[in-house]
Amino acid sequence: MQWIYLIPALPFLGALILVLFSRAIGKTGVSLIGCGSVGIAALITLIAGGQFIGGGWQQFTLPLWNWLSIGDFNIGITLHLDALSLAFTFVITFVGFLIHLYSTGYMADDPDYARFFACMNLFVGSMLMLVLADNLLLLYLGWEGVGLCSYLLIGFWYKDPANGAAARKAFIVTRVGDTAMAIALFLLVQHTGSLQLSTILARATQLWAQGDPTVTLIAFLLLGGAVGKSAQLPLQTWLPDAMAGPTPVSALIHAATMVTAGVYLIARTNILFILAPAAQATVAIVGAVTLILAGCSAFVQTDIKRVLAYSTISQIGYMFLALGVGAWSAAVFHFITHAFFKALLFMGAGAVIVALHHEQDMFRMGGLRKSLPGVFWVFLTGAASLVAIPFISAGFYSKDQIVWLAWSSANGNIGYWLVAIIGAFITAMYTFRMVFLVFFGEEKTHVHHPPGRSMMIPLYILAVCSTFAGFIELPHTLGHITMLSDLLRPVLPSVPLQFESTGLEWVSQGVAALLSFLGIYIIWRSLYIPFPVGLKEFWKNGWGFDMAYDRIFVRPFVLLARWNRRDMVDKLYTGLAGLTRSFHRAMSATQSGVLRWYIMGIVMGAVLILSVIIWRQYVV
Amino acid sequence: MITSTTAGLTLAGILFTLGLISILIRRNIIFMLVSVEIMLNAAGLAFVVAASRWGQPEGQVMFMFILAMAAAEVSVGLALILQLYHQLKTLDSDEASRMRG
Amino acid sequence: MGPAFYIAAAVAVISTLMVITRYNIMHALLYLIVSLLSIAVVFYLYGAPFMAALEVIIYAGAIMVLIIFFVMMLNLGPQTAGEERMWLQPRIWIGPSILCAALLLELGYLILQPAHATGDIHVVDPKTVGKTLFGPYILAVELAGMLLMAGIVGAYHLGRQKKKITHRFLERTSS
Repeated sequence: MQWIYLIPALPFLGALILVLFSRAIGKTGVSLIGCGSVGIAALITLIAGGQFIGGGWQQFTLPLWNWLSIGDFNIGITLHLDALSLAFTFVITFVGFLIHLYSTGYMADDPDYARFFACMNLFVGSMLMLVLADNLLLLYLGWEGVGLCSYLLIGFWYKDPANGAAARKAFIVTRVGDTAMAIALFLLVQHTGSLQLSTILARATQLWAQGDPTVTLIAFLLLGGAVGKSAQLPLQTWLPDAMAGPTPVSALIHAATMVTAGVYLIARTNILFILAPAAQATVAIVGAVTLILAGCSAFVQTDIKRVLAYSTISQIGYMFLALGVGAWSAAVFHFITHAFFKALLFMGAGAVIVALHHEQDMFRMGGLRKSLPGVFWVFLTGAASLVAIPFISAGFYSKDQIVWLAWSSANGNIGYWLVAIIGAFITAMYTFRMVFLVFFGEEKTHVHHPPGRSMMIPLYILAVCSTFAGFIELPHTLGHITMLSDLLRPVLPSVPLQFESTGLEWVSQGVAALLSFLGIYIIWRSLYIPFPVGLKEFWKNGWGFDMAYDRIFVRPFVLLARWNRRDMVDKLYTGLAGLTRSFHRAMSATQSGVLRWYIMGIVMGAVLILSVIIWRQYVV
Repeated sequence: MITSTTAGLTLAGILFTLGLISILIRRNIIFMLVSVEIMLNAAGLAFVVAASRWGQPEGQVMFMFILAMAAAEVSVGLALILQLYHQLKTLDSDEASRMRG
Repeated sequence: MGPAFYIAAAVAVISTLMVITRYNIMHALLYLIVSLLSIAVVFYLYGAPFMAALEVIIYAGAIMVLIIFFVMMLNLGPQTAGEERMWLQPRIWIGPSILCAALLLELGYLILQPAHATGDIHVVDPKTVGKTLFGPYILAVELAGMLLMAGIVGAYHLGRQKKKITHRFLERTSS
């Protein structure tokens, strides 16, 4: 297990090589190194996972070196492998590898091929750093690293100013959350004297009673960070715009991995949230509200990638709901299946977009079922998983676990359950609206070049995963397999239930499945749902959040900046400089070179000094 | 009330002031040198008067030093003026103001 | 104070006034010699006969003669006096004169402060001066010797006539 440091090190090394030697190694070399580094990391993760499970689920800590040391406050570059980080590492490396493989096809014609892979590798490395970090500062390093890579990759086609604006927006909005998180870290250092995760979690229970204001504040601030990164209410506005980046980026960063960092953070610091019930309830409410709002927005989008972006926000809302009701392992489970099927959907959409020569408007697509059958089937698999078609999709098992626990867990109630069920209904509608618009009906745009093998193979693998990944955890009603939650038990507490009822669980699953099918049926009957046009517009613009933020924050700030264009504070200093300069001019005028003026100066000085002496000594 | 000390010192002051006026109003650099001599001489006079006031030899010693200093100053000063005259062909001290601040 | 002092003082002040008002430099120097001689008389009256002798020998005899020779060497003729006349306008000398008068007033004020001044004049004979000079002040005498030496060397160096020394900054404007 000593070599798990290779898992984050390899992508970093890959990024370094790609940055430095991309010219020398050529395009093939770039592909090899870009995919190879992540692929080997995935292999190592598999071996490490095998050893971890074989070795009695022993948590493993690998101190690499000391980062900083102030008195007895030590921060080390230390990796920590337990079930939670293993699950995330596995998804990141595995899905990341598939997406890299896909990118070799998707980005083949891009002139900045090497830069793309360098950024992607850097991202994978940072993300692995985030999940493998042993202390919060190292986690924060990875956290900011992925933020940077997200910025770089959203603005990858920087020649279009809109892409740059989207990148800036993503960066700045997440920065708001990151600031909250940084404050949370400061508070943790102040109160627990450590950033070591194990130490914090151990001390938290001794330091604070349930509902202590300090821990509540810390939990809320951490939630702020998580909300920013995971694009939840109220900081969700950046994710739809982030679709400006290349599609593999959307698949990797803005669907599978980075946006779930918030879920990881909350799961990792679960004890703090358990100690702060108010914060935990807020997590659930944020998740519930977000999943409905984003679902409605997804329903009226025309851009296929924006549909998927809103869908991602909505699905992460489910994860937050699970976290909020204390169903920690359910959230992680949904994270895993979501990573598979959402990456699959994004890459399927990418294949469609490439085939139609970078056409993203769904209303200009159609009838692709015949011309792109491979893509159709895998996309349908992903859609089925997203909609949670019973039994045959991974999404069913993970989402229905959340839906059921939203009601039955100790923190849950029927309101959450209703929201989750309605969310499932909306999900079904917008997903199949997308499927029908793109793959059915008559052909509107001709297929230019069908996706190559390097793009299809990852899709097939992910399609298999998003069908079968659900079987690692089955509900009571169906076989009751608890592989994942057993694995996670040492790290994440099991969910306390307020009641247990197999019958009600059947009802819950049945209702969810029925609503899903109902949604699909409605959409099948009529693609056009007669909502008022104004409401559609409102939803399409993301419930007006962008406009509100523009009015409340951006415009006043721009106004302030314009008002302060000349820099008020600087006036003081330029004034001082001007004063000095005028003094200088006056003084230099005396240095005329005329000897008699100098003597005059001496005489004046003498008169002055004598006057003062006389005044002081004899007159006063 | 005028004692011998105050009378001598006043004379020294008058002479010093005259030298000062001269150095301020003259542009001829030799005149300026001469004015310096007047002022030095006035200072020497003050020393000698003080020596006689206290009956101590130090004042006269100082005068001798001033004398030596004046001699050195005049010799170096005249050499400098000579150079300046060769360079500028004039004795106007304002001509030598080449500094521009 | 006896009339001798007042006469000598009056001569000194008047001749100095003549020095600073002359246009012809030779006249000014001759008046200065008169002034120095009268001050030598004042020295004598203040009980410093040796200093009086030195004043005559070194100031009037050596330094003034040096300056006179120098002026003769430069061959400054009547045109210099004309220049002087042109330069010495009232508007030039009134300001400095008032300032210096203020200085003189202040000095006089300070001098005439009622201190415990006595009218006595103590004669300090040259023997005492010599003993003090070569006693406690021997170091200063050495320093004065070095100063004179430096003066000689400096004067020689500066006064040497090379072929044509033109400073590179001055050359630009003068040529």
